[in-house]
Order: sequence, then structure tokens, then C-alpha cells
Amino acid sequence: MCLFRGDKCLFNSLEFALNPGQLLIVEGSNGSGKTSLLRGIAGLLEFEQGEIHWEGNPLHGHYQAFRADLTWFAHKVGFKDDLNLLENLRFEQSLHSFDEGSVMAVLARLGLDLLTELPLRSLSAGQQRRVALARMLLSKGRVWMMDEPFTNLDGAGRSLVDAVLSEHLANGGSAIVATHQPLEIVGDVKRVSLS
Amino acid sequence: MTDTRPLVPSLWSGFVGIVRRDILLAWKRPGDVLNPLFFFAMVSTLFPLALGPSSEQLGSIGPGVIWVAALLAALLSLNSLFVSDFEDGSLDQLLLSPQPLTVLALGKAIGHWMVSGLPLVVISPLVAISFHMPDQSIKVMAVTLFFGTLSLSLLGSIGAALTVGLHRGTALLSLLILPLAMPVLIFGARTVSLSTSDDAVSAGVYFLAAYCMLALTLAPFATAAALRISNE
Repeated sequence: MCLFRGDKCLFNSLEFALNPGQLLIVEGSNGSGKTSLLRGIAGLLEFEQGEIHWEGNPLHGHYQAFRADLTWFAHKVGFKDDLNLLENLRFEQSLHSFDEGSVMAVLARLGLDLLTELPLRSLSAGQQRRVALARMLLSKGRVWMMDEPFTNLDGAGRSLVDAVLSEHLANGGSAIVATHQPLEIVGDVKRVSLS
Repeated sequence: MTDTRPLVPSLWSGFVGIVRRDILLAWKRPGDVLNPLFFFAMVSTLFPLALGPSSEQLGSIGPGVIWVAALLAALLSLNSLFVSDFEDGSLDQLLLSPQPLTVLALGKAIGHWMVSGLPLVVISPLVAISFHMPDQSIKVMAVTLFFGTLSLSLLGSIGAALTVGLHRGTALLSLLILPLAMPVLIFGARTVSLSTSDDAVSAGVYFLAAYCMLALTLAPFATAAALRISNE
């Protein structure tokens, strides 16, 4: 795969495969193209060369089926500040397949169960990241894509990310994580380095 | 975890979900909805005050003034259609959701019309009265504005999608949308002024309805394509 931003080639002849239960860690310094790689795989950016295969078929032009399995977690959490937690999650539920029964259990685990009535703008940045984590846990997508999952999270939040990622892998899901911080994951881990 | 693909909610639930979310957002921030509405009411009620109370003159300029005010009010509110979604990352989530983007784009446009176009249709009889318009024209005004504002929301969503990544794209948005909005303005204002002199209005209403249907079927596809391009 090869990707250009402007006239700068971010990476060239990059190749990897991801199996169920595997985690791919994308490493690299600031500006090395971690986010661009993730956006390219998700179909938000076009690669100049190369292709992505999903379950044996080229993904190009067939993103709709892949998106049912994709859960996206990025710098911007993608929730509405003016709506409260449950209103935001109800909207997610109309887009993705969602595990409706376990909403309260997941919120309790993330320490959000007492904040459901507050508009999201009154939550701290770390709490908002936890809400995004709740979306990941509730969606039934098999591929998690996370861009710098530890931003704004405290120590407990970090170990929570490690724990839910390990569980996801143990359940046969896969994940692509772009980060420059160490992950403590139990499971099958691959690394890609962008320089 | 099983090997089966996750089930995607129905298209209808995606459409209803985004319309409901946008109406809920407008409800929590009423200023965004009321601004264009106040603009419309103010511009169109200032004309009678400035031009004097001659009912003949007011009757002849009324349809044009009200229609121009409605068009400008729509342009004013369209600018922000996708901007907040772009800024808080919701747009990425929409682009990456398994729901077809066309359905979501249609939902955004319909949601926009319900909070900006529909209130304008509802208050238009009040404004028409201040122009001494006859009863039959008030009805025609509401009907043409109904189709006109719906067309403007749909066409405007294409422009809003194209300019979403640009800062201060208002002027560009207006330039992109105005050529498409001209038929709506011409037929809308002309149909209402024909009705003031008791002429047949059905041809104009049919044209606006047909234009609205055309926008309803084609605009969401263009908006979806524009969103993918401008979010790269």
C-alpha cells in the first residue's frame, strides 16, 4: 500500500494481514501517517496504490458490508455535546447493530452509570472518551479501529482500554490500534512501524 | 463471538434516527432555529413599514419580497448543516456507519427542513397579511413555500456538503446554490403574484412540486458523494 498526502509519500510497500483474534499496533512518530493509514483502511481516504482485502475479497467498492463490522474510535469522539449519554447512544443504535440489553451494565463498568442525564458537554474529556469506549463495547463489530485510545484517560481508564481490548481479542475479534504508548494486552499482537 | 455478520438496523431506523437526533438538537439549541425565522419575519415585515401603507403597491411587491426573504433565510441556515458534525467527529461516524450515506444525507436534509423550512411555511400567512394579500394568495403562498423550502433544503445540502471542510464557506455555498434555487424563486414568486390577480396557479404549483420531487430523488446521492469527497 502506498498513500500520499499532498505530494509527500507517507508510506510505501506496506503489507500486513490481520486474523480474527489478532491485534495490529501501528507505531510511528507524530506525523508519520498513523491516522492516515487508519482512515485509508476504513475507506475515508483513497490509497494511491494497493488494495485491502476483507474476508478474501477486495474491499474497494464493497465497503458497506465491511462497515457493519467496523467500530471507529478516534481523537474526536463523534458525539453531540448538547445531547445526554443515552440520547447519543440511542442514535448510535439506529446506525449500528447494538447490544441493547447490556447498556446499563457497560455504563456501570465504565463508571458512567450516574452521568446518563447530563449533556455530554458537562462531562470531562476523559469521561467523553469513556463514552466512546462504551460505543465500542456495545457495538457488535468485529474490527475495532482505535486512534490514540489513551488520550485524556487516567490510569484506571488506560487499564480499562487494555482489558476490553484483551477481551475483544479473546472473543475472536480483531483490532487495529495506532498509538505511541505501550499497550498491555494479553493476546496475539502484531506490529507495523511507520517511519 | 459468532461468525455471523452483525445485523444492520433497517434503513428506516437509520433515517428516523438522524431526523430525530437533529430535531432534538434543534430543540436543545432553539437559537439556531429561531435566527433564520426571525430574519425571515423581520425582512418581510420591514418592507411594508418602509414603503408605506398603500395596499396596491404592497400587494404587487409582496410575493417577491416574501420569497426573497425565504430564500435568504434558507441560505443562512444551510451553512451550518454539516459543520457541527464535521467538527465533533460525528461526520466520520456517519461516513463509517453501515447505513447507506444517501439515506443519512436525506435524513439530514429532511431534518433541516423540519426545523427551518416548515416553521417558515407556518408563519408565512401572518407575513402575507401584513402585505394585504387576498385570502386565496395566502393559501397559494403557503403551498408554494412548502415545496420551495423543501427543495431548497435538499439542494442546499449538496452545497453544504461540498463546502463542509472549508472555513467560512458561506459565500461559496450561496454561489453554488443560487443557480439551482433560481427556478424555485421565479416560479414561486410568480405563482403567488398570479394568484393575487385571480389567474390560474396550478401550472406553477405543479412545476414546484415536480422540482421538489426531482431534488428529493437526486440530491441525497449528490450530497453523499460530496461528503465523501470533502471529508478526505
